[in-house]
Amino acid sequence: MAHRVVVTGLGICAPNGVGLKDFTKSLQEGSSGISFQQELKDLNFGCQVAGKPELTSEYINKYFTPLQLKGLNASGLVYGVIAGTDAWTDAGLSKAEEDEPDWDSGVIFGTGILGVDKFRESIHLVDAGDTRRLGSTSVIQTMASGISAYLGGILGSGNQVTTNSSACTTGTEGVIMAYDRIRSGKAKRILTGSCSDSGPYVWGGFDAMRILPRKFNNTPSTASRPLSATASGFVPGSGAGALVLESLQSAKERGAKIYAEVLGGAINSGGQRGGGSMTAPNSSSVQRCIKMALKNSGIESKDIEAINGHLTATGKDPVEVLNWSLALERSGLDFPYINSFKGIMGHGLAAAGSMECVAAVLQFKEGQIFGNVNSEDLHPEIEKLVDKSRIPVKTISFRSKTIAKASFGFGDVNACVIFRTLKN
Amino acid sequence: MKEENYYQQLKGIVKPYLPEDVTVDDISPDSHFINELNINSANLVDIVLDVEDAFEITLENDDMDQMQTVNDAMAIIDKKRRSK
Repeated sequence: MAHRVVVTGLGICAPNGVGLKDFTKSLQEGSSGISFQQELKDLNFGCQVAGKPELTSEYINKYFTPLQLKGLNASGLVYGVIAGTDAWTDAGLSKAEEDEPDWDSGVIFGTGILGVDKFRESIHLVDAGDTRRLGSTSVIQTMASGISAYLGGILGSGNQVTTNSSACTTGTEGVIMAYDRIRSGKAKRILTGSCSDSGPYVWGGFDAMRILPRKFNNTPSTASRPLSATASGFVPGSGAGALVLESLQSAKERGAKIYAEVLGGAINSGGQRGGGSMTAPNSSSVQRCIKMALKNSGIESKDIEAINGHLTATGKDPVEVLNWSLALERSGLDFPYINSFKGIMGHGLAAAGSMECVAAVLQFKEGQIFGNVNSEDLHPEIEKLVDKSRIPVKTISFRSKTIAKASFGFGDVNACVIFRTLKN
Repeated sequence: MKEENYYQQLKGIVKPYLPEDVTVDDISPDSHFINELNINSANLVDIVLDVEDAFEITLENDDMDQMQTVNDAMAIIDKKRRSK
């Protein structure tokens, strides 16, 4: 028997808010988490603005033991542990006992690359012939699965503990992977999410590709312009989002609060064929992914009331909106509400999908559609497809029943997940 | 006096690596790092690095292999300090 799957916990460590309270407030008010980065200026970056969670060492100390803090130099790991631990707590769950793991709970927590700063530290030591000085922490902070390993150890998870990696699709893919595992009865609960390091070594490659905006170094909060006619590239971001997925049965048994049901989803790839490439999506595969997500969720196009897009603020946003329009066979006033949170978060790369899934799900709790920031000057191609009223620039009150969230990534990979409220 | 100094310093170094159920008061000169203090063997390499930094010495692979107990560590530190 297939199990129904629900979201019972959320955690967030984002540029525009650490913790659900600040994060929600930022989304509601449209306050930006993007700031000028002196470090990037000093290193001659074209784009000198970015999204980076603000954390004090005092705050970080609450999540790590003194031993874990020794030599800790992996920002994504810090973000992921904060978001993951918070989601677990938010779900009302506790850590496993000392002597036995929690066999029913697992971790699927993705990343693109982990511990870049730690790796740089290690490279310098190795090149200086000082390999023995690496100590025991270089491996665990730089292995991709470091994040799921840390979380699995903190919580005492005895089910699958793994890290997925599919570029900017990672977080949304993780939600679907967790859904599949719970649905098939292999786990009762999965902590899923994703994280991404911050800093010049992660962002440099994108700056070199000239896909980051360069004209907003003096006006950081206006730099990320999803859906806009003046969009000129994505603002690099970082952070982590986390969701506790759980079987409906388990959630009910322990009287947990339920944010939403995960109705289903789809993951596919355009194969870097038919217009798709390493860096650009094959549109027919994007449409197929959206349609498969509807089918797997047992709903129809008309049921979608809101979309949270990938919408990174490059020149490709109109293509994404066209793909949604063609896949759903809806346009103009009939188009669902659509938003992008990247206007205030930037593009969190591997963390984007999970941070945005958390935000998308919070819309059910708040009874709102969070506004699109910096999208006032809508791209003319988008305005031809979608009525302006469907792209709110300020947060509006709207109790949606069903929200679609998609993420697309380098490698021509796609993921689309459907959330539905259990409230009437 | 010097020995007592080394001992106190070493206890400070070892402290963060102790598992939750072992306290600094459990440390004695005869304590075996792994078998008695339950220190994760992976962390022994970190203790060695901390010892090197604190006492401004360099430990060779052989020294590391021989460093099984708190007393072993003190003897090695003393030897290295004297040959400096």
